[in-house]
Amino acid sequence: MQYHSPASFEDAVGIAASADGTTRFLAGGTDVLVQLRADVFTPDVLIDVKNIEGVKDIVCEDGGWRIGAAVSGAEMSENAELARQWPGLVEAMDLIGSTQVQGRATLVGNLCNGSPAADSVPAMFAADVSANITGPNGERRVAVSEIPVGPGKTSLEKGEVITALHIPQRGDNAADAYLRFIPRTEMDIAVVGCAVNLRLDGDTISEARVSLGAVAPKVLLVDEAAQAIIGTSLDENALNALAAAASAACNPINDKRGTIKFRTHVAGVLARRAAKIAYDRVRASK
Amino acid sequence: MALDDKKNGEFKVVGTRPNRPDGVDKVTGRARFGADVSAPGMLHAAIVRSPHAHAKILKIDTSRAMASKDVKAVVTRADFAEGLEGDDLNVLENVMAGEKALYDGHAVAAVAATSPLAARDAAKLIDVTYEILPHVTDVDKAMAKDAPVIREGAADKSVPPGLHPNVVRYHESGHGDVEEGFAQADLVIEDSFVTEAAHQGYIEPHACLAQLDADGKGEVWCCTQGHFNVQKICAKLVGTDASQIRVTASEIGGGFGGKTAVFIEPVALALSRKTNRPVKLVMSRAEVFRATGPTASTSMDIKIGMTSDGKITAGQGTFRLQGGAFPGAPMEFTAMCAFAPYNLENVFQVGYDVMSNRPKQAAYRAPGSPMAAFAVESVIDELCSQLGLDPIEVRLMNASKEGTKASYGPRFDRIGLVETLEAAKAHPHYSAPLAEGLGRGVSCGFWFNHGGETAVTLALSEDGTAALSVGTPDIGGSRASMCQMVAEELGIPYEKIRTTVADTATLGYNEVSHGSRVTYASGLAAINASRDAVEKLCGRAAAKWGIDPEAVYWDSGYAKPSGPNAGDFEPLALADITKNMGATGGPIVGHFEATPEGAGVSFATHIVDARVDKETGKTSVERYTVVQDAGKAIHPTYVEGQYQGGAAQGIGWALNEEYIYGEDGRLQNANFLDYRIPVASDLPMIDTVIVEVPNPGHPYGVRGVGETSICPPLAAIANAVSGAAGVRLKQLPMSPPRILEALDVQANG
Repeated sequence: MQYHSPASFEDAVGIAASADGTTRFLAGGTDVLVQLRADVFTPDVLIDVKNIEGVKDIVCEDGGWRIGAAVSGAEMSENAELARQWPGLVEAMDLIGSTQVQGRATLVGNLCNGSPAADSVPAMFAADVSANITGPNGERRVAVSEIPVGPGKTSLEKGEVITALHIPQRGDNAADAYLRFIPRTEMDIAVVGCAVNLRLDGDTISEARVSLGAVAPKVLLVDEAAQAIIGTSLDENALNALAAAASAACNPINDKRGTIKFRTHVAGVLARRAAKIAYDRVRASK
Repeated sequence: MALDDKKNGEFKVVGTRPNRPDGVDKVTGRARFGADVSAPGMLHAAIVRSPHAHAKILKIDTSRAMASKDVKAVVTRADFAEGLEGDDLNVLENVMAGEKALYDGHAVAAVAATSPLAARDAAKLIDVTYEILPHVTDVDKAMAKDAPVIREGAADKSVPPGLHPNVVRYHESGHGDVEEGFAQADLVIEDSFVTEAAHQGYIEPHACLAQLDADGKGEVWCCTQGHFNVQKICAKLVGTDASQIRVTASEIGGGFGGKTAVFIEPVALALSRKTNRPVKLVMSRAEVFRATGPTASTSMDIKIGMTSDGKITAGQGTFRLQGGAFPGAPMEFTAMCAFAPYNLENVFQVGYDVMSNRPKQAAYRAPGSPMAAFAVESVIDELCSQLGLDPIEVRLMNASKEGTKASYGPRFDRIGLVETLEAAKAHPHYSAPLAEGLGRGVSCGFWFNHGGETAVTLALSEDGTAALSVGTPDIGGSRASMCQMVAEELGIPYEKIRTTVADTATLGYNEVSHGSRVTYASGLAAINASRDAVEKLCGRAAAKWGIDPEAVYWDSGYAKPSGPNAGDFEPLALADITKNMGATGGPIVGHFEATPEGAGVSFATHIVDARVDKETGKTSVERYTVVQDAGKAIHPTYVEGQYQGGAAQGIGWALNEEYIYGEDGRLQNANFLDYRIPVASDLPMIDTVIVEVPNPGHPYGVRGVGETSICPPLAAIANAVSGAAGVRLKQLPMSPPRILEALDVQANG
């Protein structure tokens, strides 16, 4: 195994593009190093991006936020303005792992690990976060929802690396929320995850995005669930329609962490609960 | 030796809470555990494990692995002793597979190399050719007609004809006439229960460092609950004399029964013999899950009859335990413990020990008893609920007492079940109003406790201090308790005594630290060794004073003449005698070697409040109280720790811990992410009440406390959850999908 610590993304891309065998980018390492130690996956080339300038920056940009590729969960949680604007996204990231893991784990890493159960990814889908990608063919910017393609797989091409994430401008009368189901109280992996991002016009929902994790081969953006509550004031009928749409979108598996029946049902329960939290957050902020 | 000279209230050191002598080493990281030692020239070993649940081993080709210069040796079954029989053969079969791999994770070869990574990589280069055989991992399926046979001829003579060859042992016990008893009942409930295998979940994986020379002399450093047992088994498996192998026990990062078994030490010794180098072998967490012993899984049928005022008229239980690919599932303990808390005229219980393609089960705190309590106490709870009776009053009405003929045969000596029930009834928890959405569960639990072979030595030093050597690894603060008991007897301060877990060359044979026996048996031995030393001290004083040794007595650290007739002499402190002991007869050493048989049985009553989220099936345990009889608490803090630990592990077993096997017979969750033990935030503060009903079989009245605490939780939590959910849960763990399923079946049929 080769270890590289390039000083620029240009160099990182150059190393990755010409690498023989398998490549992994190393930021926090909370997946890569764990898989290495557990003998699950040993890359031929390991490219550490932590020494590249700007990777640990949280910057207000274009009315939104730029989150560097090596920004840790703890740094996000400690940014009061970010947490105020995007409580759902920040709490989703904060749910990952222990206090020690929070000092290392990153949004980009959580996305690139490709797990359908990643906590921060549904929150990023709901928030419509986009990714800046640098590769052998230059730079491109794509919606985060286009990056996961299956368990452990992303749409990134050989040599491509995510340099930063962009969280859109928050705007008025809006809030998000994320809930996950785990059988314990912490230190576990989502059996179902659900993020809801809302904007209100008065008491009426004018915009909504609903995302589900751990209920399909990749994180889902569920438009039917969003449509079920847009134009409503989140009354019981709307919540029932939301839960039904969320459950209907599920395509889960039976595994050690949960059954198809359980995940499908709980997706609806979490959608209701997350929507209520987001809705109440908007109203409380007025 | 029943309570001969110490009554409650007269103790000076026993019953206090001094700091544990091993505490500083543990909090500073200085304590040395299994993987913490190295030796010059040491090699590192890795084990090749079967990926198949059941397979014939056709060929093991080591040539690719041996081609590396870093690889020094490979061992297979051919490198171990031949001609073993019975239990010895079973241990060897488990340590290293012979003709067949019997479970996913079964060791089939091992390699020694110059680094841990080289060993790991070399293990992948050992090519094993398997012929895959049909497998079975479920207890009921393993007993069914068409089940694959794990091993022909494994059954013993107890098994009635006509049962599947996988049923290897059978037990029945009881008394009275259960049919007559059921006829006297106003309500009879019969139901079936299932529990999954749970792992002890000790934080330290098995680890050892071993050396075996060509002349058969060996040394082993390892993490174990019983190094004398390691010595005995290693000698047999590698074919040398037990006395030629010296085993030293490391500090232990948890055992809970799981480290009473031997897995890796004989492998390291065989590799060392082949390489003439010390060999270190450390299991990964996945190996611990796949290849060490979880509990048995169970399938149980219970039938209990009760009169409308709460008297139990009869109890009957059938207990089927799957204990992996070897005989030994503790079904007789399950059967014998099931109804032990109750004074029954009519009781009958049957047990089946069933083999399957899983790792060999190992002891886990009161092996077999928690599952029995889950089944029996669930039915009693249901009877109380349907008859509108208070669960503690019903248990009090039926409780076993001194003189009760136990469900498993003998008459009970002095026991403390009624006292624990009375204390539970009086506890504020039991009378606290129950908030909306919560359920409250109660359960009793029983464990036998054990004595076992024990030898200790107490050496006095010239400066008046004392060194106690015991042969029972300290798995729960026992060094503190030992120091307290010796301090009590010698009359010198706790800090002036050091207790060491001595190696196998130092003491006579000591049974493993199991059966909640250490504070009882090593404690009894420490007290008696102290008295032996005191007798010698008095003898030296008598010689100095020129009087009869009978005329000298020991009081609070001093030899004193027993009265005016004995003569008028200044009392001699312990240090006054030891400073000259070389000139007055030589070293003064107290001994005790015996197999004490007076371990008093122990009972507990637990109270649990639990909340169930009916939309997700998630349970939270909101309040928990343990009431248990300790006989006499030597160090109350460590007694409370045992109570809390048993409850915490019980909460995990009841709610989320389980071995999950795929259709392919492979373990699906061999890591702490998916084998879900509780994390700290899952637990409420666990309240404890120490009841002290002295055990007549110990000088201070000690009863073992380490195991009984895990007997009631499964049932108490199931009763609380069933109350909160409004539906009876009959399968463990009560994971969220199972609770939602039970609610769904109740609502929709």
